[in-house]
Amino acid sequence: MELNGADIVVKCLQDEGVEYIFGYPGGAVLHLYDALFKQEKVKHVLVRHEQGATHAADGYARSTGKPGVVLVTSGPGATNAVTGIATAYMDSIPLIVVTGQVPSPVIGSDAFQEVDTVGITRPCVKHNFLVKDVKNIAETMKKAFHIATTGRPGPVVVDIPKDITDPNIKIPYKYPRTVSMRSYSPAVKGHKFQIKKAVDLMISAERPMIYSGGGVVLGGASDVLTELTKLLGYPITNTLMGLGAYPATDGQFVGMLGMHGTYEANMAMHDCDVLIAIGARFDDRVTGVISEFCPDAKIIHIDVDPASISKTVRVDIPIVGEVGAVLTELLIQVKDHKKKPNKKTLAAWWKSIDKWRNIDCLQYDRESALIKPQYVVEQLYDVTKGEAFVTSDVGQHQMFAAQFYKFDRPRRWINSGGLGTMGFGMPAAIGVQLAHPSAQVACVTGEASFIMCVQELSTALQYNTPIKIINLNNRYMGMVRQWQEFSYESRYSHSYMDALPDFVKLAESFGHVGMRIEDPKDVKSALEKAFKLKDRVVFMDFMVDQTENVYPMIEAGKAHNKMRLAPGTAVDRELA
Amino acid sequence: MRHIIAILLENESGSLSRVAGLFSARGYNIESLTVATTEDQSLSRMTIVTRGSEEILEQIVKQLNKLIDVVKLIDIDLSESSHIERELMMVKVHASDDARGEIKNLCEIYRGNIIDVTASTYVIEMTGTSAKLDSFIQSIGQGQVIEVVRSGATGLLRGEKCLSL
Repeated sequence: MELNGADIVVKCLQDEGVEYIFGYPGGAVLHLYDALFKQEKVKHVLVRHEQGATHAADGYARSTGKPGVVLVTSGPGATNAVTGIATAYMDSIPLIVVTGQVPSPVIGSDAFQEVDTVGITRPCVKHNFLVKDVKNIAETMKKAFHIATTGRPGPVVVDIPKDITDPNIKIPYKYPRTVSMRSYSPAVKGHKFQIKKAVDLMISAERPMIYSGGGVVLGGASDVLTELTKLLGYPITNTLMGLGAYPATDGQFVGMLGMHGTYEANMAMHDCDVLIAIGARFDDRVTGVISEFCPDAKIIHIDVDPASISKTVRVDIPIVGEVGAVLTELLIQVKDHKKKPNKKTLAAWWKSIDKWRNIDCLQYDRESALIKPQYVVEQLYDVTKGEAFVTSDVGQHQMFAAQFYKFDRPRRWINSGGLGTMGFGMPAAIGVQLAHPSAQVACVTGEASFIMCVQELSTALQYNTPIKIINLNNRYMGMVRQWQEFSYESRYSHSYMDALPDFVKLAESFGHVGMRIEDPKDVKSALEKAFKLKDRVVFMDFMVDQTENVYPMIEAGKAHNKMRLAPGTAVDRELA
Repeated sequence: MRHIIAILLENESGSLSRVAGLFSARGYNIESLTVATTEDQSLSRMTIVTRGSEEILEQIVKQLNKLIDVVKLIDIDLSESSHIERELMMVKVHASDDARGEIKNLCEIYRGNIIDVTASTYVIEMTGTSAKLDSFIQSIGQGQVIEVVRSGATGLLRGEKCLSL
């Protein structure tokens, strides 16, 4: 079969089983768009800004486990996509981003819409390619998918100059079935001896703690993690990226850890004697001050990326391998082990944890005449019966969603954890909804974040993705305001969102349903009404308490056991 | 601690900037970097001299290994075998009539060659460890030196151990 370069790119996507491609046309990708036009297998989703394309593809990838695919033009098309690429990179999300490039002969001449895309994206991709010959397209695409989806996943950029997709140059096409790269062979199975050492240490622990992260979600290892945790009877905490990997409604789950994690999770981290870190990378928002991180613990760390091991925290037993494969082996060895966890010491450990739990660190004023953002998320949980996909933007609303929506399944909680990209939530929700047409998809956002990618409301209309937008509107950049209150004597420097639009009218002007909710007693009914509108995008503008803060909190430079609790929290002095 | 890292990487455009970019992005320092193709045209060999604590070196090696273009690498200083290190230097020095003899003597002591002569200057070529080259410059005196060009260190393991595919 003889095909031109543009057709080859599209055929490669078909052969990879790509369902959706998120993109925006432009000069350098016109051949590619023409090739897309001539087929129906790969459905193109036209966004309104390239950042939206990357976030939508990212949402698709996070909710399905399949790679997200993006197509943008050269120059500004590529630079606009960079934020989304970096977002995916920080959270290890597989993306294939095809960028158009100016024709090969004029590369380097500052041609119209030329940027060095490979150079600009280099620090925020797992790998990138500049295709220099039409003969290399198929192999490059195969490599791109292979690299993006194996080992520690990540975004891969394929930059294709316009002349490479010339409709008049045709060559035989064959999509490579396999790919072998001498310089790339990610670890799969963990070292058996290391696993044995880990099992011995785990079983003899007196105050064990399981700390699992996004790697468990990405590695599809939720079930085996859950089985192992249940078998051991140990407490487990999830990172922001790992929520849903272990069912949040289970008694062994002690909540999220870290800066806005629960008191019980952080105290248990501080006091544990064996820490089992699984697919987590000891991020600074998780560890608090490193010098006081888990001071008494021996640490086991399972990760597919050797560079994550001992990067910020030295660990005692590293195991490099895919979390699923390693956990499966661990489970077998735990079952076969002649020793069992010590019931007595474990019961005492749980007693301490329950004491911390009883402090009820997530309490808030339920009698308030103002809408509390936490209350909105709780109601969202009830109305959706905990079954929704929830995307979020970045800030207070993100933390409230993470704290109050109890995720029982992986790939349901979709947020920009590493890069912290405002504007992520709504386009991501579009990607999620496309992948799961009949699911409930909620985007929990704030007015400041939402505005950053507001144009994608238009995309949501065009593709009829009936997402529900829960805007926790406090007329502030809430998290910035909170830090300014705590650390800058309430000097609210430029964190006030002056001149906000009428969001109801805004939503309506885009062809959607807008609602404004100002009274706590209307929260639930508004949500119910919105989710009944099954084929409409609904924007709910919740006017929430402007001064609410996210508690508890580990402030900068503090340790896990030095949390700041909500005012009025009754801390037993003996515990504090 | 000073370390020499030898890297075999795909001989492709952009490979060098991936490595250099990694060092700058993560705040590692490069004391010297030298790169050229090997007997296998598809591979380049790069030698990087860097400094850092044991933890930093461990991270540098891991992060380098993560780069798709990096095929294989070793930290020469951490290897079990001892190693040979060489750097090429050319120095242009003032060589007035009364100084010529002394410069020639020094050259001989350090096993350098005078490879260019004018009425007032010499160019001296010298190879050795970086420390030896430093020491030569010190001996000849900063005042005498007009221009120095150094290749950066390269090195390999002694004996049968090697860095190859």
